[in-house]
Amino acid sequence: MLETLISIKNLSKTYNNSFEALKSVNLEINKGEIFALLGPNGAGKTTMISIICGLVRPTSGEVKVNGSDIVSEYKITRSQIGYVPQELTLEQFETVFQNVSYTRGLYGKSSNPKHIEKILKDLSLWDKKSMRLGQLSGGMKRRVLIAKALSHEPSVLFLDEPTAGVDVELRQDMWRIVEKLRQSGVTIILTTHYIEEAEAIADRVGVIDNGEMIVVDETSKLISRMGQKKLTIQLQEKVMQLPESLAKYNLELASDGFSLAYSYDKESKQTGITNLLQQVKDSGMKLSDLKTEQGTLEDIFVSLVHKEKK
Amino acid sequence: MNYYAIKAIYLHEMDRLWRTLFQSILSPVVSTSLYFIVFGSVIGGMVPQVDGVSYGSFIVPGLLMLTLLTQSLSNSSFGIYMPKFSGSIYEILAAPISSFEIVIGFVGASATKSLIVGSIILITATFFAEVRIDHPFVMVFLLVLTCLTFSLFGFLIGILSENFEQLQVIPLIVVTPLVFLGGSLYSIEMLPEFWQQVSYFNPVVYLINGMRWAFYGVSDINIWTSVFTMLGFLLICIVSTIFILTKGYRIKS
Ligand SMILES: Nc1ncnc2c1ncn2[C@@H]1O[C@H](COP(=O)(O)OP(=O)(O)OP(=O)(O)O)[C@@H](O)[C@H]1O
Ligand SMILES: [Mg+2]
Repeated sequence: MLETLISIKNLSKTYNNSFEALKSVNLEINKGEIFALLGPNGAGKTTMISIICGLVRPTSGEVKVNGSDIVSEYKITRSQIGYVPQELTLEQFETVFQNVSYTRGLYGKSSNPKHIEKILKDLSLWDKKSMRLGQLSGGMKRRVLIAKALSHEPSVLFLDEPTAGVDVELRQDMWRIVEKLRQSGVTIILTTHYIEEAEAIADRVGVIDNGEMIVVDETSKLISRMGQKKLTIQLQEKVMQLPESLAKYNLELASDGFSLAYSYDKESKQTGITNLLQQVKDSGMKLSDLKTEQGTLEDIFVSLVHKEKK
Repeated sequence: MNYYAIKAIYLHEMDRLWRTLFQSILSPVVSTSLYFIVFGSVIGGMVPQVDGVSYGSFIVPGLLMLTLLTQSLSNSSFGIYMPKFSGSIYEILAAPISSFEIVIGFVGASATKSLIVGSIILITATFFAEVRIDHPFVMVFLLVLTCLTFSLFGFLIGILSENFEQLQVIPLIVVTPLVFLGGSLYSIEMLPEFWQQVSYFNPVVYLINGMRWAFYGVSDINIWTSVFTMLGFLLICIVSTIFILTKGYRIKS
């Protein structure tokens, strides 16, 4: 049985009494899962995380972490939360070790150099422990931020775009770290713009756009449920313009004029393929090949967000 | 109470002092020494005794207060403004700490630094003038009170400032004139009648005269009036801080 760790009810946020960044969001995060929050720039991902972590005040609604309210019982909720911000916000002059230990203190834990050492080693930062923060590269700073967030042994970790501007190797490192943390029982909520990232590591995804939670589902289910399939029709002869009769199929004509792409919902009873092929034939085009592909999370994301805009 | 957090903030702030030990301590020592050389020695040679002590000795309490005041203001205003500026304040806001605990950490560290610098200034002063302390307990009390009050005031400036200009403007256009017109270098009885009256509206006058009483037992103002004025100012700072922090003004949106 899944146990709810974070429950968000009708959460809204209006900035400066005018801009509505979150519109009555409802969401439940389960204990021990990896949850990915997807959404275009300005969708409200950071706002939502910031509210739960105590950086932004909610305008209305309620959030509970492990049964405690984030506003009235903030000391209880915050001590369980680790937070890695989107921006690389670090002071310049402190050393890595000092700075990570400092965060542990802020969270009300007695100093524990052994634990800090372990975290720094896990994040391949141990050899940098005496370096000043200002001298680190961007990727190292990102790791320091993660080390800080883990310094007080939280049970929930929020990662706001942990892999933004990070090279491929570090990104895979990051995934490994996240997976390891989950195995140790930490619940992880991360935001990302890389859909393949959500596909690769998240148990569930939530898509947020314009301050609204459009869809929340298990990653694999979402892909199969929402999954559009794509039919690609290769032509023998170049086509400059699609005939009128094919307009209703929303076909995409490749720029070289030699292929047509048709998206359809494989769950629906009528995929429209038979009619399409008939009409293609009737319009005099000659086929050379056919290919179908399963849509990716990226396609789903684009189609969802696109629908919203309309 | 999250004592570990208070300790963490306090030590983190004190660390900044050790890192910048040289300029933190050297610059007030140099500027105070210059005051003693220019005012104490040069002008002091032409001025007879004031309130029964030599001019050089007379200006010691005032200069000490001046240092405490400016140090406290700058320590705490920078202390809280820097993390706001770098963005690293996020971790203080996201940590399980109350506003009260944040204030204790920052203001405590700032006051400690000012006390350290103040003690060094006092030692420096003894090289230039004869210093006598008639009421040492009152002196320590006033030192601590001043450091706390102005550290708190500086904390407010740091919180309310949105840029470096604002951070420096209040100490520059408000505090410096008040300090200069606060009688650190003269007795307000030396002023024309009208300016004497104006001086009574300057809180720094009470501060400096209180300290002068602690040193030499002489003052333009009754010691109790001084003490209560300062406590009143401290209270105003405390109330404003509570108000601003509970509103989350300019920190949390
Ligand atoms: N402090 C603030 N004051 C006013 N508006 C804000 C503030 N912070 C965010 N916003 C606005 O709220 C909206 C949501 O911002 P948010 O940072 O939550 O988006 P996001 O989903 O994290 O985007 P990104 O992917 O770019 O990080 C944006 O339109 C943003 O301009
Ligand atoms: Mg964001």
